[in-house]
Amino acid sequence: MKKKVRAVLLTVLAAACGFVLAGCHGSKGLEAFVMPEEFDSAREYEITFWAKNDTNKTQTAIYEQAIADFEKLYPNITVNLRLYTDYGKIYNDVITNIATGTTPNVCITYPDHIATYLTGTNIVVPLEELAADEAYGLGGNKVLFDSPSVTEIIPQFLEECSFGGHYYALPYMRSTEACYINKTYVEALGYTLPKELTWDFIWEVSEAAMAQDESGNYLVNGQKVLIPFIYKSTDNMMIQMLHQKDAGYSTEDGDIYLFNDTTKELLLTIAEHGKTGAFSTFKISSYPANLLNAGQCIFAIDSTAGATWMGTNAPLLDISEDKVVEFETVVMKIPQFEPENPKMISQGPSLCIFNKNDSQEVLASWLFMQYLLTNEVQIAYSETEGYVPVTLKAQQSAEYQNYLARCGEDNGLHYEVKIKAAELLLNNVENTFVTPVFNGSASLRDAAGGLIENTVKSVRRGQEINDAYLEKLYADTMSLYRLDQLAGQNSSTSSGKADLGKLPKTSVILLAALIGAWVLITLYVVCSRVKKEKK
Amino acid sequence: MKKFISLLLVAALVFAFAGCGSKDGGDAADVKSEGVMTYEEYVAAALDSEVVIETYVQAKQSWWDNQATVYTQDKDGGYFLYNMACSEEDYAKLTQGTKIKVTGYKAEWSGEVEIIDATFEIEDGNYVAKAEDVTSLLGTDELIAHQNKFVAFKGMTVEAAGQDADGNDVAFLYSWDGSGQDGDDLYFNVSLNGETYTFTVESYLCDNTTDVYNAVKSLNIGDTVDMEGFLYWYEGVNPHITSVTVK
Repeated sequence: MKKKVRAVLLTVLAAACGFVLAGCHGSKGLEAFVMPEEFDSAREYEITFWAKNDTNKTQTAIYEQAIADFEKLYPNITVNLRLYTDYGKIYNDVITNIATGTTPNVCITYPDHIATYLTGTNIVVPLEELAADEAYGLGGNKVLFDSPSVTEIIPQFLEECSFGGHYYALPYMRSTEACYINKTYVEALGYTLPKELTWDFIWEVSEAAMAQDESGNYLVNGQKVLIPFIYKSTDNMMIQMLHQKDAGYSTEDGDIYLFNDTTKELLLTIAEHGKTGAFSTFKISSYPANLLNAGQCIFAIDSTAGATWMGTNAPLLDISEDKVVEFETVVMKIPQFEPENPKMISQGPSLCIFNKNDSQEVLASWLFMQYLLTNEVQIAYSETEGYVPVTLKAQQSAEYQNYLARCGEDNGLHYEVKIKAAELLLNNVENTFVTPVFNGSASLRDAAGGLIENTVKSVRRGQEINDAYLEKLYADTMSLYRLDQLAGQNSSTSSGKADLGKLPKTSVILLAALIGAWVLITLYVVCSRVKKEKK
Repeated sequence: MKKFISLLLVAALVFAFAGCGSKDGGDAADVKSEGVMTYEEYVAAALDSEVVIETYVQAKQSWWDNQATVYTQDKDGGYFLYNMACSEEDYAKLTQGTKIKVTGYKAEWSGEVEIIDATFEIEDGNYVAKAEDVTSLLGTDELIAHQNKFVAFKGMTVEAAGQDADGNDVAFLYSWDGSGQDGDDLYFNVSLNGETYTFTVESYLCDNTTDVYNAVKSLNIGDTVDMEGFLYWYEGVNPHITSVTVK
């Protein structure tokens, strides 16, 4: 029963926007972290770790085991675990706790969120110095476990944690999105799945699936309910569609280009299929997995980290067993506009360290954070879902390779859909991308999803989706997410492009007087020289 | 004269009580204002259509970012108001029984029929629903007609909700599969006539400081319990329990 997540997803906005705009300006903040010469192992440390699990008790058990194993190695460090089931709630709580100086020590988070935390002074610890330290850094000689070296972290995943001129995080797990398909229904409708999915194919099959009999039952599933195409994360949907079309979204400097003509075209297409009922979203209808497993959906797009919920034989189930329908599940890349040049998002949890007055406490936090990158934790956690370990060391280990090779052997640890989802990312790392991270990028992401959610809701309510509607939607969305107030928030964001309007009259007069004075001075100098030469 | 005055006082008292009865709801009919739907009309309204209802606050689940989630009910049925526009100041005014007029859109999420994107205004009137015993309707198609109402379940038996880390049966779980911690939603199983149902203590509605949260944490497998709560739906019946009494 994962309903609580829906409640939280919608509550992130206010805190985020408020913090983005207000930052911690005026607050005293902390001194910058300074690396201690030695780790003082004679002292006792108590650190807190805010972690996210996917409502999956195996993940909880892995965190607990990792803490127990780490505490055996470092008996003077106690780690207190606080569990969350979604990133949004962590984000909210971190923002609240920054204000009170009670941030956790180590936290699972998204780079977009860290960018917001950075508006405070020395809130998040830059990791370069810690990572490079010969004794306690990655692979350091005084680290009491087999820590990965920096070169053993997948470079692309590590790079995703670099922004604002520093590495503020380390990757913990990586995932992407996948399309989970009821192949049985696709073929029943007379279609064959192509090698690469396209948006046109999905829209066409989804519309074909809407045929009903006289009693209102859909022909393809014989049920009264069918949403052929459902998307879990509409912010990802919009971001990936725009990226595939090489259309604007944002720049590294924080310039916002989301509200463009390509976005309008995409929204018009989405509205067309939202109107017929061929397309819906998680926020509007339900979890994609629930609909897919009940035979009420054909194309379900969700994170690869949701793979254990997908399919007839899914190990995790959120509907009663009597509702589950038999079908063949296929895992494919998300649909593309140019299948020969696929593009998909890279996502997944990262780890950051919050700064404290006690640099030894920060070092203790860093040691624990490193421990989460060991093979023991990386392999165990990645196997709970369609996640991929972030170190080459773990990916290339015999244990992990054996896990992959046993794909489909059982419907538990080796559940086929889950391992195929992980392989989808392993085989496409070079086709992944991330969006620029800056103060406000989290709000922009929410706005991107909001455009789709509002368009689909409106069209279902009988509103006409046209240029006037979309113009108003743009204005409302910019205002709601306070994107119109973000210009200039990032120091290099506006790059002098912000339209400041006409100059005041007094300024114009002053400037004209200055120009006039310089002209007169120049004339005077020229005249004086001419006179001198004549003499 | 004394007799007359006494009669007058008695009559006045009778009218006064009658007046109170009407304010509390009592048996008086729930007359809707002009332009407001009856519960029957609300039920008949299509999903995604605009609805206007008058209802009474029964319990509040949460407030954040100027949005409130509220369990409400009139004398005919329940309405779940999800993320309704609401200032923090107004949220404080939404005490149990408060009458509100709500304008929003009818929606369905995972089987739960609710009103979303709503606004409201407070009106004069007060009604607190008594828990309606729906125990006999468990497992029947009639139960869904009571969705979102304040209801009671009586004489049910606590069953194992799952196992702890050592493999021992436990009477409740933090989060649906035991992956949570103290403060998260509690899930527990209760049975009647051989059928088992999963009930929830929704932590936004009743957090870990409430009696019901702690009562569920004290349950033992085999206990016979009476319960009250709101008839919430999530892929099937999933009551949000607000009180548990071990018999």
